[in-house]
Amino acid sequence: MKLEEIAGKLNLRVLCCDEGLSREVRGGFVGDLLSDVMANSREGDLWITRQVHPNIVAVAVMKEHSAILLVQGGIPMEDTLSRARKEGVPILGTEINGFEAAGKIYGLMNP
Amino acid sequence: MSEIRYENFFPIEGGTFVNAGDVSSRIKSILKNLGIGSEVVRRAAIIAYESEINIVSYALRGNIRLSVTPDAVCIEAKDEGPGIPDIELAMQEGFSTATPMVREMGFGAGMGLSNIKKFSDSLEITSEVGQGTHVKTRINMAEAG
Amino acid sequence: MTLAEIRDILDAEVLVGSDELGKEVKTAFSADLMSDVLAFAKPGSLLLTGLTNPQVVRTSDILDIAAIILVRGKVPPAETVRLAQELKIPILRTRYILFETSGRLHEKGIVGCIEKVGGDRVDVGNKI
Repeated sequence: MKLEEIAGKLNLRVLCCDEGLSREVRGGFVGDLLSDVMANSREGDLWITRQVHPNIVAVAVMKEHSAILLVQGGIPMEDTLSRARKEGVPILGTEINGFEAAGKIYGLMNP
Repeated sequence: MSEIRYENFFPIEGGTFVNAGDVSSRIKSILKNLGIGSEVVRRAAIIAYESEINIVSYALRGNIRLSVTPDAVCIEAKDEGPGIPDIELAMQEGFSTATPMVREMGFGAGMGLSNIKKFSDSLEITSEVGQGTHVKTRINMAEAG
Repeated sequence: MTLAEIRDILDAEVLVGSDELGKEVKTAFSADLMSDVLAFAKPGSLLLTGLTNPQVVRTSDILDIAAIILVRGKVPPAETVRLAQELKIPILRTRYILFETSGRLHEKGIVGCIEKVGGDRVDVGNKI
Protein backbone atom coordinates (compact mmCIF):
# COMPACT_ATOMS: atom_id res chain seq x y z
CA MET A 1 0.00 0.00 0.00
CA LYS A 2 1.24 3.48 -0.85
CA LEU A 3 2.23 5.82 1.96
CA GLU A 4 0.04 8.45 0.33
CA GLU A 5 -3.07 6.32 0.75
CA ILE A 6 -2.40 5.70 4.45
CA ALA A 7 -1.62 9.38 5.00
CA GLY A 8 -4.86 10.36 3.28
CA LYS A 9 -7.12 7.89 5.03
CA LEU A 10 -5.74 8.63 8.51
CA ASN A 11 -5.45 12.32 7.86
CA LEU A 12 -1.75 12.36 8.78
CA ARG A 13 0.27 15.55 8.67
CA VAL A 14 3.32 15.44 6.40
CA LEU A 15 6.10 17.10 8.38
CA CYS A 16 8.77 16.65 5.75
CA CYS A 17 9.70 15.04 2.44
CA ASP A 18 6.32 14.86 0.72
CA GLU A 19 8.17 13.66 -2.39
CA GLY A 20 8.43 10.33 -0.54
CA LEU A 21 4.65 9.83 -0.35
CA SER A 22 4.72 7.55 -3.37
CA ARG A 23 6.73 5.00 -1.40
CA GLU A 24 5.35 1.53 -0.84
CA VAL A 25 4.57 0.57 2.81
CA ARG A 26 5.15 -3.16 3.28
CA GLY A 27 4.38 -3.44 6.94
CA GLY A 28 4.22 -1.60 10.23
CA PHE A 29 6.46 -1.51 13.25
CA VAL A 30 5.68 0.12 16.60
CA GLY A 31 8.68 0.80 18.85
CA ASP A 32 10.40 3.46 20.90
CA LEU A 33 13.65 1.72 21.76
CA LEU A 34 16.11 2.37 18.98
CA SER A 35 18.07 -0.83 19.58
CA ASP A 36 14.84 -2.83 19.38
CA VAL A 37 13.80 -1.11 16.17
CA MET A 38 17.27 -1.69 14.70
CA ALA A 39 17.12 -5.35 15.55
CA ASN A 40 13.57 -6.21 14.60
CA SER A 41 11.96 -3.87 12.10
CA ARG A 42 12.02 -4.63 8.38
CA GLU A 43 12.69 -2.86 5.12
CA GLY A 44 9.62 -0.99 3.90
CA ASP A 45 8.04 -0.77 7.36
CA LEU A 46 6.20 2.34 8.40
CA TRP A 47 7.80 2.99 11.76
CA ILE A 48 5.39 4.25 14.41
CA THR A 49 7.04 5.93 17.41
CA ARG A 50 6.89 8.61 20.08
CA GLN A 51 10.63 9.33 19.91
CA VAL A 52 11.44 12.74 18.46
CA HIS A 53 15.23 12.62 18.71
CA PRO A 54 17.40 13.11 15.56
CA ASN A 55 18.71 9.54 15.90
CA ILE A 56 15.40 8.17 14.64
CA VAL A 57 16.35 9.34 11.15
CA ALA A 58 19.56 7.30 11.16
CA VAL A 59 17.63 4.22 12.23
CA ALA A 60 15.02 4.71 9.50
CA VAL A 61 17.75 5.14 6.87
CA MET A 62 19.68 2.10 8.04
CA LYS A 63 16.60 -0.11 8.12
CA GLU A 64 15.19 1.39 4.90
CA HIS A 65 11.81 2.19 6.43
CA SER A 66 9.24 3.71 4.13
CA ALA A 67 8.59 6.53 6.61
CA ILE A 68 8.40 7.52 10.28
CA LEU A 69 5.06 8.28 11.89
CA LEU A 70 5.23 10.35 15.09
CA VAL A 71 2.20 9.64 17.21
CA GLN A 72 0.40 11.45 20.00
CA GLY A 73 1.28 14.90 18.79
CA GLY A 74 5.04 14.34 19.07
CA ILE A 75 6.93 17.28 17.59
CA PRO A 76 10.28 16.41 16.00
CA MET A 77 13.29 18.33 17.21
CA GLU A 78 14.71 20.81 14.67
CA ASP A 79 17.74 18.58 14.01
CA THR A 80 15.44 15.65 13.39
CA LEU A 81 13.69 17.47 10.58
CA SER A 82 16.85 18.79 8.97
CA ARG A 83 18.42 15.32 9.00
CA ALA A 84 15.27 13.81 7.56
CA ARG A 85 15.25 16.35 4.74
CA LYS A 86 18.87 15.61 3.98
CA GLU A 87 18.25 11.86 3.91
CA GLY A 88 14.85 12.10 2.23
CA VAL A 89 13.02 10.22 4.98
CA PRO A 90 9.35 11.23 5.14
CA ILE A 91 8.17 12.12 8.65
CA LEU A 92 4.46 12.17 9.31
CA GLY A 93 2.57 13.19 12.41
CA THR A 94 -0.74 12.49 14.10
CA GLU A 95 -2.52 13.34 17.33
CA ILE A 96 -3.79 9.80 17.87
CA ASN A 97 -1.76 7.41 20.00
CA GLY A 98 0.41 4.48 18.96
CA PHE A 99 -2.20 1.82 19.66
CA GLU A 100 -4.86 3.59 17.65
CA ALA A 101 -2.52 4.46 14.78
CA ALA A 102 -1.20 0.89 14.58
CA GLY A 103 -4.74 -0.47 14.81
CA LYS A 104 -6.01 1.68 11.98
CA ILE A 105 -3.02 1.09 9.71
CA TYR A 106 -3.21 -2.65 10.39
CA GLY A 107 -6.88 -2.49 9.42
CA LEU A 108 -6.07 -0.75 6.13
CA MET A 109 -3.36 -3.28 5.29
CA ASN A 110 -5.36 -6.34 6.33
CA PRO A 111 -8.88 -5.63 5.09
CA MET B 1 1.18 28.43 55.13
CA SER B 2 -1.41 25.90 56.14
CA GLU B 3 -0.85 23.24 58.71
CA ILE B 4 0.99 20.07 57.74
CA ARG B 5 -1.13 16.93 58.00
CA TYR B 6 1.60 14.56 56.97
CA GLU B 7 5.30 14.79 56.23
CA ASN B 8 7.98 12.25 55.41
CA PHE B 9 11.41 11.98 53.77
CA PHE B 10 12.37 9.05 51.58
CA PRO B 11 16.05 8.53 50.77
CA ILE B 12 16.90 7.33 47.25
CA GLU B 13 20.10 5.75 46.07
CA GLY B 14 21.52 6.97 42.76
CA GLY B 15 22.91 4.89 39.94
CA THR B 16 20.88 1.72 40.39
CA PHE B 17 17.45 0.71 39.14
CA VAL B 18 17.10 -2.17 41.61
CA ASN B 19 14.59 -0.37 43.84
CA ALA B 20 13.48 2.35 41.45
CA GLY B 21 9.80 3.09 41.88
CA ASP B 22 9.56 1.60 45.35
CA VAL B 23 9.31 5.00 47.05
CA SER B 24 6.67 6.16 44.57
CA SER B 25 4.53 3.08 45.20
CA ARG B 26 4.79 3.81 48.93
CA ILE B 27 3.88 7.46 48.44
CA LYS B 28 0.87 6.38 46.40
CA SER B 29 -0.43 4.08 49.13
CA ILE B 30 0.25 6.63 51.91
CA LEU B 31 -1.81 9.24 50.04
CA LYS B 32 -4.57 6.73 49.36
CA ASN B 33 -4.68 5.83 53.05
CA LEU B 34 -4.94 9.51 53.96
CA GLY B 35 -8.16 9.52 51.94
CA ILE B 36 -6.93 11.92 49.27
CA GLY B 37 -8.87 12.03 45.97
CA SER B 38 -7.76 9.52 43.36
CA GLU B 39 -6.86 12.11 40.72
CA VAL B 40 -4.54 13.96 43.11
CA VAL B 41 -3.02 10.66 44.23
CA ARG B 42 -2.42 9.69 40.64
CA ARG B 43 -0.75 12.98 39.75
CA ALA B 44 1.42 12.89 42.89
CA ALA B 45 2.47 9.30 42.19
CA ILE B 46 3.48 10.15 38.62
CA ILE B 47 5.52 13.16 39.79
CA ALA B 48 7.16 11.12 42.55
CA TYR B 49 8.01 8.36 40.10
CA GLU B 50 9.56 10.65 37.47
CA SER B 51 11.51 12.40 40.26
CA GLU B 52 12.70 9.08 41.60
CA ILE B 53 13.80 7.98 38.12
CA ASN B 54 15.69 11.27 37.71
CA ILE B 55 17.63 10.70 40.94
CA VAL B 56 18.35 7.07 40.06
CA SER B 57 19.42 8.04 36.54
CA TYR B 58 21.58 11.07 37.15
CA ALA B 59 22.45 11.68 40.80
CA LEU B 60 24.69 10.09 43.42
CA ARG B 61 21.91 10.12 45.98
CA GLY B 62 18.88 12.12 46.90
CA ASN B 63 15.62 12.21 48.74
CA ILE B 64 11.96 12.90 48.18
CA ARG B 65 9.96 14.88 50.70
CA LEU B 66 6.26 14.29 50.73
CA SER B 67 4.09 16.78 52.59
CA VAL B 68 0.35 17.08 52.78
CA THR B 69 -1.63 20.10 53.92
CA PRO B 70 -5.41 20.54 53.74
CA ASP B 71 -4.89 22.43 50.45
CA ALA B 72 -2.16 20.58 48.64
CA VAL B 73 0.20 17.66 48.20
CA CYS B 74 3.82 18.71 47.77
CA ILE B 75 6.55 16.52 46.33
CA GLU B 76 10.06 17.84 46.67
CA ALA B 77 13.05 16.02 45.17
CA LYS B 78 16.55 17.04 46.19
CA ASP B 79 19.71 15.39 44.97
CA GLU B 80 23.48 15.49 45.13
CA GLY B 81 24.65 15.17 41.58
CA PRO B 82 25.90 16.86 38.44
CA GLY B 83 23.14 19.51 38.40
CA ILE B 84 21.48 20.93 35.29
CA PRO B 85 23.50 23.60 33.42
CA ASP B 86 20.58 24.86 31.34
CA ILE B 87 17.18 24.26 32.89
CA GLU B 88 15.24 25.71 29.98
CA LEU B 89 16.97 23.33 27.59
CA ALA B 90 16.40 20.40 29.95
CA MET B 91 12.68 21.21 30.04
CA GLN B 92 12.47 20.93 26.27
CA GLU B 93 10.78 17.71 25.28
CA GLY B 94 13.21 15.33 23.58
CA PHE B 95 16.32 16.79 25.20
CA SER B 96 18.14 14.21 27.29
CA THR B 97 21.57 13.32 28.59
CA ALA B 98 20.52 9.81 29.62
CA THR B 99 22.86 6.85 29.44
CA PRO B 100 22.00 3.74 27.38
CA MET B 101 21.09 1.95 30.65
CA VAL B 102 18.46 4.56 31.45
CA ARG B 103 17.09 4.39 27.92
CA GLU B 104 16.78 0.63 28.11
CA MET B 105 14.59 1.07 31.16
CA GLY B 106 12.13 3.04 29.02
CA PHE B 107 13.15 6.46 30.30
CA GLY B 108 15.60 9.12 29.17
CA ALA B 109 13.58 10.23 26.16
CA GLY B 110 13.51 13.80 27.42
CA MET B 111 9.97 13.64 28.79
CA GLY B 112 10.51 13.38 32.53
CA LEU B 113 10.61 17.07 33.45
CA SER B 114 7.78 17.84 31.03
CA ASN B 115 5.71 15.20 32.79
CA ILE B 116 6.52 16.68 36.20
CA LYS B 117 5.44 20.07 34.89
CA LYS B 118 2.32 18.70 33.27
CA PHE B 119 0.99 16.95 36.36
CA SER B 120 1.79 19.70 38.89
CA ASP B 121 0.04 22.99 39.61
CA SER B 122 3.30 24.70 40.39
CA LEU B 123 6.89 23.77 39.75
CA GLU B 124 10.15 25.32 40.86
CA ILE B 125 13.55 23.99 39.77
CA THR B 126 16.86 25.20 41.12
CA SER B 127 20.15 23.60 40.26
CA GLU B 128 23.83 24.16 40.80
CA VAL B 129 26.29 22.49 38.46
CA GLY B 130 28.48 20.03 40.32
CA GLN B 131 26.26 20.23 43.41
CA GLY B 132 22.77 19.03 42.71
CA THR B 133 19.21 19.77 41.78
CA HIS B 134 16.11 20.69 43.76
CA VAL B 135 12.68 20.20 42.20
CA LYS B 136 9.65 21.47 44.14
CA THR B 137 6.15 20.66 43.01
CA ARG B 138 2.69 21.31 44.36
CA ILE B 139 -0.61 19.70 43.49
CA ASN B 140 -3.70 21.53 44.68
CA MET B 141 -6.32 19.46 46.46
CA ALA B 142 -9.22 20.96 44.53
CA GLU B 143 -9.76 18.79 41.48
CA ALA B 144 -8.60 20.51 38.33
CA GLY B 145 -10.95 21.30 35.51
CA MET C 1 -13.53 -7.69 26.58
CA THR C 2 -12.10 -10.03 29.21
CA LEU C 3 -8.44 -10.89 29.67
CA ALA C 4 -9.35 -14.47 28.74
CA GLU C 5 -10.65 -13.29 25.36
CA ILE C 6 -7.54 -11.17 24.87
CA ARG C 7 -5.39 -14.19 25.66
CA ASP C 8 -7.21 -16.13 22.93
CA ILE C 9 -7.02 -13.35 20.32
CA LEU C 10 -3.28 -12.98 20.88
CA ASP C 11 -2.62 -16.69 21.39
CA ALA C 12 -0.92 -15.51 24.56
CA GLU C 13 0.53 -17.23 27.57
CA VAL C 14 -0.49 -16.01 31.04
CA LEU C 15 2.63 -15.42 33.12
CA VAL C 16 1.01 -13.70 36.10
CA GLY C 17 -2.65 -13.46 37.13
CA SER C 18 -4.25 -16.65 35.82
CA ASP C 19 -6.97 -16.14 38.45
CA GLU C 20 -7.83 -12.69 37.05
CA LEU C 21 -8.80 -13.61 33.51
CA GLY C 22 -12.35 -12.42 34.05
CA LYS C 23 -11.16 -8.80 34.34
CA GLU C 24 -12.79 -6.49 31.75
CA VAL C 25 -10.82 -4.02 29.60
CA LYS C 26 -11.91 -1.63 26.89
CA THR C 27 -8.83 0.47 26.18
CA ALA C 28 -5.16 -0.03 25.43
CA PHE C 29 -1.90 1.84 25.17
CA SER C 30 1.13 0.74 23.10
CA ALA C 31 4.55 2.13 24.03
CA ASP C 32 8.09 1.40 25.10
CA LEU C 33 8.65 4.77 26.75
CA MET C 34 7.43 4.70 30.30
CA SER C 35 7.28 8.52 30.48
CA ASP C 36 4.90 8.39 27.54
CA VAL C 37 2.75 5.85 29.34
CA LEU C 38 2.80 7.99 32.50
CA ALA C 39 1.74 11.05 30.55
CA PHE C 40 -1.17 9.57 28.65
CA ALA C 41 -2.36 6.13 29.73
CA LYS C 42 -5.59 5.87 31.69
CA PRO C 43 -6.43 3.66 34.66
CA GLY C 44 -7.89 0.31 33.69
CA SER C 45 -6.13 0.16 30.31
CA LEU C 46 -4.00 -2.60 28.89
CA LEU C 47 -0.32 -1.75 28.48
CA LEU C 48 1.20 -3.31 25.34
CA THR C 49 4.98 -3.09 25.35
CA GLY C 50 8.25 -4.60 24.25
CA LEU C 51 9.94 -3.67 27.52
CA THR C 52 10.32 -6.42 30.09
CA ASN C 53 12.14 -4.79 33.02
CA PRO C 54 10.52 -4.22 36.43
CA GLN C 55 9.85 -0.54 35.62
CA VAL C 56 7.03 -1.72 33.36
CA VAL C 57 5.33 -3.18 36.45
CA ARG C 58 6.11 -0.09 38.57
CA THR C 59 4.63 2.18 35.92
CA SER C 60 1.55 -0.04 35.73
CA ASP C 61 1.15 0.08 39.49
CA ILE C 62 1.44 3.88 39.60
CA LEU C 63 -1.25 4.18 36.90
CA ASP C 64 -3.55 1.30 37.90
CA ILE C 65 -3.05 -0.44 34.56
CA ALA C 66 -5.34 -3.51 34.23
CA ALA C 67 -2.78 -5.85 32.66
CA ILE C 68 0.54 -5.90 30.81
CA ILE C 69 0.92 -7.58 27.42
CA LEU C 70 4.54 -8.35 26.55
CA VAL C 71 5.04 -8.63 22.81
CA ARG C 72 7.30 -10.60 20.46
CA GLY C 73 7.61 -13.57 22.79
CA LYS C 74 9.92 -11.77 25.17
CA VAL C 75 10.72 -13.56 28.42
CA PRO C 76 10.71 -11.11 31.33
CA PRO C 77 13.42 -11.29 34.00
CA ALA C 78 12.45 -13.06 37.24
CA GLU C 79 12.27 -9.79 39.22
CA THR C 80 9.63 -8.44 36.82
CA VAL C 81 7.43 -11.50 37.38
CA ARG C 82 8.02 -11.34 41.13
CA LEU C 83 7.05 -7.68 41.35
CA ALA C 84 3.93 -8.27 39.23
CA GLN C 85 2.87 -11.10 41.54
CA GLU C 86 3.46 -8.92 44.57
CA LEU C 87 1.53 -5.97 43.13
CA LYS C 88 -1.11 -8.25 41.57
CA ILE C 89 -0.75 -7.04 38.00
CA PRO C 90 -1.45 -9.70 35.34
CA ILE C 91 1.17 -10.26 32.63
CA LEU C 92 0.40 -11.98 29.32
CA ARG C 93 2.96 -12.82 26.69
CA THR C 94 2.28 -12.99 22.95
CA ARG C 95 4.51 -13.86 20.01
CA TYR C 96 3.15 -11.07 17.82
CA ILE C 97 5.07 -7.82 17.36
CA LEU C 98 3.64 -4.63 18.87
CA PHE C 99 2.14 -3.52 15.54
CA GLU C 100 0.35 -6.82 14.99
CA THR C 101 -0.76 -7.06 18.62
CA SER C 102 -2.25 -3.56 18.47
CA GLY C 103 -3.90 -4.34 15.13
CA ARG C 104 -5.51 -7.58 16.28
CA LEU C 105 -6.96 -6.02 19.43
CA HIS C 106 -8.12 -2.89 17.61
CA GLU C 107 -9.87 -5.07 15.04
CA LYS C 108 -11.84 -6.72 17.86
CA GLY C 109 -12.96 -3.42 19.32
CA ILE C 110 -10.34 -2.34 21.86
CA VAL C 111 -9.68 1.39 21.50
CA GLY C 112 -6.70 3.61 22.24
CA CYS C 113 -7.04 5.10 25.70
CA ILE C 114 -6.77 8.65 24.48
CA GLU C 115 -8.20 9.61 21.15
CA LYS C 116 -6.33 12.85 20.71
CA VAL C 117 -3.80 14.87 22.62
CA GLY C 118 -5.53 17.81 24.21
CA GLY C 119 -8.90 16.20 23.75
CA ASP C 120 -10.20 13.87 26.41
CA ARG C 121 -7.46 14.60 28.90
CA VAL C 122 -9.33 15.13 32.11
CA ASP C 123 -6.53 13.70 34.18
CA VAL C 124 -4.19 16.59 33.49
CA GLY C 125 -4.15 19.50 35.88
CA ASN C 126 -3.41 23.13 35.31
CA LYS C 127 -0.11 24.05 33.78
CA ILE C 128 2.20 26.55 35.38
